[in-house]
Amino acid sequence: MTMAPERTAVRVELLVDQRWFAVCELTDLTPGRGVAALLPDGAQVAVFLDRSGRAYAIANRDPFTGAYVLSRGLLGSAAGRPFVASPLLKQRFDLETGRCLDDEGVAVQAYVTRTRDAAARGA
Amino acid sequence: MSAPITPSAPITPSAPITPSAPTTMTSAPKAAPPAAPTIVLIGHGMVGQRFLEALVRRNVTEAAARIVVFCEEPRPAYDRVQLTSYFSGRTPAELSLVEDGFMARHGIELHLGDPAESIDRAARTVTARSGLTVAYDTLVLATGSYPFVPPVPGKDSDGCFVYRTVEDLLAIEAYAEHRTTGVVVGGGLLGLEAAGALKGLGLTTHIVEFNPRLMAIQVDEGGGAALRRTVEDMGLIVHTGVGGKEITADDAGAVTAMALSDGSSIDTDLVIFSAGVRPRDQLARDCGLEVGERGGIAVDERCRTSDPAVYAIGECALAADGRVYGLVAPGYEMAEVAADAIGAGEPGPVRGTGFGGADTSTKLKLLGVDVASFGDAHGTADGCLDVVYSDSRTGVYKKLVVGADGALLGGVLVGDAEAYGMLRPLTGSVPPVAPEQLVLPAGLGAPAALGPSALPDEAVVCNCHNVTKGAIRSAVADHRCTTVPEVRKCTKAGTGCGSCVKALTALVNDELEAGGVSVDKGLCGCFAYTRAELYEIVRTLRITTYAQLLDSHGRAEARQGDGCEVCKPAVGSIIASLAPTLGASGYVLDGEQAALQDTNDHFLANLQRNGSYSIVPRIPGGEITPEKLIVIGEVARDFGLYTKITGGQRIDLFGARVDQLPPIWARLVDAGFESGHAYGKALRTVKSCVGQTWCRYGVQDSVRMAIDLELRYRGLRSPHKLKSAVSGCARECAEARGKDFGVIATSTGWNLYVGGNGGADPRHADLLAQDLDDEKLIRLIDRFLMFYIRTADRLERTSAWLERIEGGLDHVRDVVVDDSLGLCAELEAMMAGHVTGYRDEWAETLGDPERLRRFVSFVNAPDAPDPTVKFVPERDQVKPDLTILSGPTLPVRTLEGTAGR
Repeated sequence: MTMAPERTAVRVELLVDQRWFAVCELTDLTPGRGVAALLPDGAQVAVFLDRSGRAYAIANRDPFTGAYVLSRGLLGSAAGRPFVASPLLKQRFDLETGRCLDDEGVAVQAYVTRTRDAAARGA
Repeated sequence: MSAPITPSAPITPSAPITPSAPTTMTSAPKAAPPAAPTIVLIGHGMVGQRFLEALVRRNVTEAAARIVVFCEEPRPAYDRVQLTSYFSGRTPAELSLVEDGFMARHGIELHLGDPAESIDRAARTVTARSGLTVAYDTLVLATGSYPFVPPVPGKDSDGCFVYRTVEDLLAIEAYAEHRTTGVVVGGGLLGLEAAGALKGLGLTTHIVEFNPRLMAIQVDEGGGAALRRTVEDMGLIVHTGVGGKEITADDAGAVTAMALSDGSSIDTDLVIFSAGVRPRDQLARDCGLEVGERGGIAVDERCRTSDPAVYAIGECALAADGRVYGLVAPGYEMAEVAADAIGAGEPGPVRGTGFGGADTSTKLKLLGVDVASFGDAHGTADGCLDVVYSDSRTGVYKKLVVGADGALLGGVLVGDAEAYGMLRPLTGSVPPVAPEQLVLPAGLGAPAALGPSALPDEAVVCNCHNVTKGAIRSAVADHRCTTVPEVRKCTKAGTGCGSCVKALTALVNDELEAGGVSVDKGLCGCFAYTRAELYEIVRTLRITTYAQLLDSHGRAEARQGDGCEVCKPAVGSIIASLAPTLGASGYVLDGEQAALQDTNDHFLANLQRNGSYSIVPRIPGGEITPEKLIVIGEVARDFGLYTKITGGQRIDLFGARVDQLPPIWARLVDAGFESGHAYGKALRTVKSCVGQTWCRYGVQDSVRMAIDLELRYRGLRSPHKLKSAVSGCARECAEARGKDFGVIATSTGWNLYVGGNGGADPRHADLLAQDLDDEKLIRLIDRFLMFYIRTADRLERTSAWLERIEGGLDHVRDVVVDDSLGLCAELEAMMAGHVTGYRDEWAETLGDPERLRRFVSFVNAPDAPDPTVKFVPERDQVKPDLTILSGPTLPVRTLEGTAGR
């Protein structure tokens, strides 16, 4: 009799105020796209998955328009670094640093992420 | 106080020039220094304007001379060569040759609608119809020519016209309305244009030509026969070897019939005389200038008449070689020669070679048929021989005249004048290949098309502006032009009749290549290919995923990466367009396709500035039942949506949160609505007027056609959005000529216009084909759209595409109407695949719980609405509450090294 569970839930977690916070399951993400999630304090984050299966998270608010839409942008890579292009006016943000690639003075908050499967997560 | 009338007196006392005169285009004439001479130009046609530009280029303007222009027509110089293009959508304003502000900038006084009526050479004055008299030091006559009207009894009846000015065309257009038949007297170049115009206006059209063949001056007997067959195939009725004998009119004086010299008669409502032109030399005759026996003001090589203070240029002049030239290129050359002589002061030497004669080569597209003749077209030289290719089935006739030494002397091309751009410059030299190979169609033993590399540097490529191959090469090599438009601007090549643009493009590309200039035409940082190239790669290699394409055909540094926001939607669109052919899923929310789409395509709605979406249900042709209107109203009311009527005859519902999209669409789909694709680079709407069903002017059922077209092409993914419209008559209430493809009803079918655009860079659509029945119309649109999708760049509307692609509209017509590339069957099959494969994206989404998962504001709180999407009231509806968005900016932190992976 096999011991392997039918489905191993892999969770995507963000480091928020020194604590890991689970935002969704890996299967909720589509490579190349993002989703929006709510943090405990009501802040909005945009969570992405790249082609190789890495997850990223940055603030969801587009600083150029004020709209909470970065999660709906398209993901891409330039010089090996992943970015998201805002769906409104197309400015690009580095997913690892939150820096805007098209305007040096602008950045959004970036979050450290990790993926953990249910077993490793413990209780 | 009265000024004496002397050569230097600017104005006679009897009729001062009033600054406020309504016909004067400049403000108060700036007083030139007293010593400055006055140049008076009579006639502001193409050659007159060219003369003014030539003076400006030589700095003979307000500081150096006072320039006064008299113009009979009510509008400044326009492109008379392209006059007929008025009927395919060019407005008189678009035909204008005068740059805005040109007259004011150079202090030129232009008197419109005020023809010169007499010249007093002794006093050196010109008097115009208004009574205005101006003294000149130098007088230039550019009076052009007038249409010859044969002395047929009844020629002055109502309904008799000539075909020379914009005003003539406006009058013909107005008179032709509600009339059924027209006769064009004259089967020459202009006669065929006039006949094409009448046919385009929906009239049964007869051509009456006195000579035994059409275009007798330009083409020989064989060419005339080929031309006649093709013209007759288009439904025009040709009578050759006969003349008009008498025109009969009804009691009101309107034309009813025309009797011909062979005893027959044609019942007709309208007659256009287009039997040639005569030089307009009356003014010159009246003041005693020397004129030719058969008309024309005699000039020397400097374009000077028998009075050294008077010049004549253009069609009114009898050149030193004893000929009157009715073409614009020689007229332009005369304008330059005269400007040279005047600019040099008198007496001056003849600069350059002067004007001793000109090439009368022509290439035209008449009624959609290419006709070209060049050099010694009729083979008059001693010992010359003809090389002829003739194919009666396709209406192609080509003849080259070759001298005893093998040099190409001239030729005639009918039905296929592709080679004209190469052959004309070769005239006078021995061609690099045997002449028979130059007339054979491709694939029948012809060598690979003779490239412009075969031309010598001194070969004239652009005949209108006399630009040599060497000058074009120099524009690229020395002036660093890297595109055809830059070269056109630099050399003026290709800006006249446009027949050389193809050769010019090849030449520029060759030269760029030779210079080692490589222009990166790649789509983006990920692909070095253009969109059209990627389309071909996807199609031929049957690639069905973006990742596969990126890893196999991306730039080396981009492979295995995540692509970018430019190429992902572009490739997504290519795969969606080709889905039926590739056997891939065309559904934009499926699998990997989901990750390629811009947010609008991803959520099947249009993102607005506050993060909410707008919804546009399809309302084909703008026709909607009251029940459906009520459903839209109820949905908008229940979800608190802002509603607005769009420009495309639909209704846009604004302010839906992403999680509201499925419940809204559930109600819309239930009521029979489907996606309007307002979010996609796809067909948007096909507007229509009510047409024949209701409108007293309508001649076809435009609403039915609009609905048919909209349902046929709905969901079709393309390089950019596509808009269309159908008008039920020539009044054009649906504004079809502002659309990517527009259809306008005629009494016998439909005219198809393509490449129109509104927006920031408006463009009227060009006529692609006329008098099509329903089936032919749809087949042609199928081909046109698929050819566009196949060859356009990313985000390139049809208007920009038509302007860019080599050969322009003519090339597109060759491909989609005449099937010159043998592609049409494939294009039609692809469209058929699209039509059968169409599914409503919203109905499919609602039926699939997996697809519905993405329609939540928050992945970890699916039931929570986004609190930042809020609205405030305005004019009884809602608008986004932007204070939420513009609230305090969150502290921006840059977290170095957060990626501890």
